[in-house]
Amino acid sequence: MDVIEVLREPWPWYVAGPLIGLTVPALLLLGNKSFGISSSLRHICAAVIPANISFFKYDWKKGIWNLFFVAGITIGGFIASFYLANPDKIVIADATQQTLSGYGLTSFSGLMPMEIFGTSSILSLKGLIFLVFGGFLVGFGTRYAGGCTSGHAITGLATLQWPSLVATVSFFIGGLVCTHLLLPFLFTLVL
Amino acid sequence: MEKVENTQVRALLEDDSDGSNTQKLAEGFTSNFKYLVTGLLFGIVFVKAEIVSWFRIQEMFRFDSFHMYGVIGSAVLVGLVSVQLIKRFNLKTISGEEVVIPDKTFSKGQIYGGLLFGFGWAITGACPGPLFAQIGAGYLAVIVTLLSAIAGTWTYGLLRPKLPH
Repeated sequence: MDVIEVLREPWPWYVAGPLIGLTVPALLLLGNKSFGISSSLRHICAAVIPANISFFKYDWKKGIWNLFFVAGITIGGFIASFYLANPDKIVIADATQQTLSGYGLTSFSGLMPMEIFGTSSILSLKGLIFLVFGGFLVGFGTRYAGGCTSGHAITGLATLQWPSLVATVSFFIGGLVCTHLLLPFLFTLVL
Repeated sequence: MEKVENTQVRALLEDDSDGSNTQKLAEGFTSNFKYLVTGLLFGIVFVKAEIVSWFRIQEMFRFDSFHMYGVIGSAVLVGLVSVQLIKRFNLKTISGEEVVIPDKTFSKGQIYGGLLFGFGWAITGACPGPLFAQIGAGYLAVIVTLLSAIAGTWTYGLLRPKLPH
């Protein structure tokens, strides 16, 4: 097997996790940047539609590094999908696949179920719920919480900040309640 | 003038230390490309480890797979050890500055906002970082999710004075 073939395989958690963890010291040593991605959304608001709201009146250019960082993530996502793509189907835990099939989901081949996240969903109830409503909660919730998985769960916990533990536990409780109580209902609406 | 700028920077750090920039030396446009490269490598890891997969997030919230717990757990551990090493050996940034990690201050927003984000995470299968990676990976409908997330952040800014913190 050559290197590219090895890279094409899905990477195990014990490779990916440490690499993500190393982003914390890498950004600190490159230029005193705290790893946290959701602030990019705030900088976009401040740069494009500040609308005289005090929360968006700050020197967003100080955070421009974050916009370069997310641009990099987008390009990285492109390279990984189009040049290092896994030749095989994604392997999903049997239990998860069975449960989701039970809710009426049928496509299990890509990173996301195309019947919900395909472009044809955009102008339908699926899009309204899974793209618009879901996305709104991600943007509103992360800013209200002062960070997301990267800022709180990784940087915050790695630097032993207890408010980040509160945030991380809240993320999980929200996710668990939504997965087990709300999602089954949402699936009955759209599938 | 400088005083005004300092106050603004401090205000930014105080109410939100996420993704902060504490470097004193100003950076030119081109020096930001190192963050683009870091993000690029990070985006590749995101997709190759399938962290950006809606299915992996479902597995995590259904306790059907160890994968995401392994990723987040080992990332925290490696981050923790690295930060301790930076402190222990007093490592400086490449421009020779002291490494500064702003403290996060507690607010009830971490609970209310955290719960709301948790709901969004389970529905979209993405946190803000993976949104960008999913778009790059060709899931173009996620552009709508991203725009809506920006709208959500904007709405938070608008309602902020009225929300409990």
